[in-house]
Amino acid sequence: MKNKGLNIMVEKSKYDINVNRLYDQLQKVKDPEIDSVSILELGMVENVQYAKNHVLIELLPTFMGCPALDIIKNNIKQQLLTLDFINAVDVKFIYNPPWTSDRITEIGRQKLKEFGIAPPPIHFEETGEWRVNCPYCDSSYTTLDNIFGPTACRSILYCGSCKNPFEAMKPISTLM
Amino acid sequence: MIFSTAAEAVQNEKYKQPLIELLYQLADDDFILAYRGSEWLGLAPHIEEDVAFSSINQDTMGHASMFYQLLEDLNEGPVDCLAHARPANERLNAVLLEMVNGPGTYLIEPKYDWAFTVVRHYFYTVAKKVKIESLKNSSYEPLKHIALKINMELYYHLLHWKTWFKQLCLSNDDAKKRMIQAINTVIAEFDGVLSLGALANEMQEHQIIEGEDLLRQRWMNEMKNVFSEIEIPFPLKIEMKSGNGRLKEHTEDLTEALKTLSEVYRTDPAASW
Repeated sequence: MKNKGLNIMVEKSKYDINVNRLYDQLQKVKDPEIDSVSILELGMVENVQYAKNHVLIELLPTFMGCPALDIIKNNIKQQLLTLDFINAVDVKFIYNPPWTSDRITEIGRQKLKEFGIAPPPIHFEETGEWRVNCPYCDSSYTTLDNIFGPTACRSILYCGSCKNPFEAMKPISTLM
Repeated sequence: MIFSTAAEAVQNEKYKQPLIELLYQLADDDFILAYRGSEWLGLAPHIEEDVAFSSINQDTMGHASMFYQLLEDLNEGPVDCLAHARPANERLNAVLLEMVNGPGTYLIEPKYDWAFTVVRHYFYTVAKKVKIESLKNSSYEPLKHIALKINMELYYHLLHWKTWFKQLCLSNDDAKKRMIQAINTVIAEFDGVLSLGALANEMQEHQIIEGEDLLRQRWMNEMKNVFSEIEIPFPLKIEMKSGNGRLKEHTEDLTEALKTLSEVYRTDPAASW
């Protein structure tokens, strides 16, 4: 799995089995508001450190006022504590590097689309212009209805081809 | 000198004082304005604005929460307590930001003033952008990282308020008249937003943020550009007529707001949210 900036530090001897199992559990932690996409696929996991039955997960929040952050934190704890080699879990939100929308993996982008949410545009223009295709019919004949949507990370759009309203993940870039 | 952690900063009293002062200003400003914004929920001019404004308020409250978190890390007390339990005479927000949205209350005949809201939020967002840009190079690294994050969200806020501001100023005579009136009301208090308070020099000296005059000039330059596009003369005199919030001077509006917003917190301060 391609995941920008993800570092994993563990005791070497147990590397293969345990890391895979940690991964599998983290994969089960979904965005509470988009339940098809995991926090790994959203590129929120920056660091996983584990030693002596203790694991520390460092996460990058997508938006700072996002009310889902606490839920995600608890869900991670719950999932990881089911592992027999883990008896303590720490989850920490960090801000360096900042989360940007290009951290969403290819699989994550695909799953967003299946959920009916267009993935964020890959390229952010200096002019601030961005274009997204309709997640239903892939038409580029779309208009932006509201930059702000039902959650901090989404915008509301309309497709002129299949006449569906839809949402898109907002592009977030350090170029802004 | 660069400070990479809270532990390093608390050991240096001369550095810690101006840092804490600035963090309280940033936190209290965002906190009270996000609250005033949230009072518009269900009352905004149209449904799209209701969605957008709520989202902006949520972001802004998130920013306040992060600044309070930095204060907690510097041993100032728990975040919830900093946000809810501090009385008006301990707050450092600018007086402009605590002023009510207009006559009435949320529950009884809210005759809120949209022109005032657009001008207050637009001018404030430009000033916040100027500060955040400067904080991207702050000597306090935890603040520097948060500034980079806030900056990306602020991009959308600025776009939003600038669009409203320009469109209303260039609209019909009634809109223009109301906007000019709102500009005068906001400008009469705006110096309170631009002020960095009694420790401004120390903040600059320790490279926590750049100098107050330089930041003020950047704000003015941006304002003058926008005012040339709307063909309204930029007001000459920026004042703070109702008091200096950076010196803990406040109005009854803040006392009332704190009473309302902390009501649930005060019933059970130990409750988990």
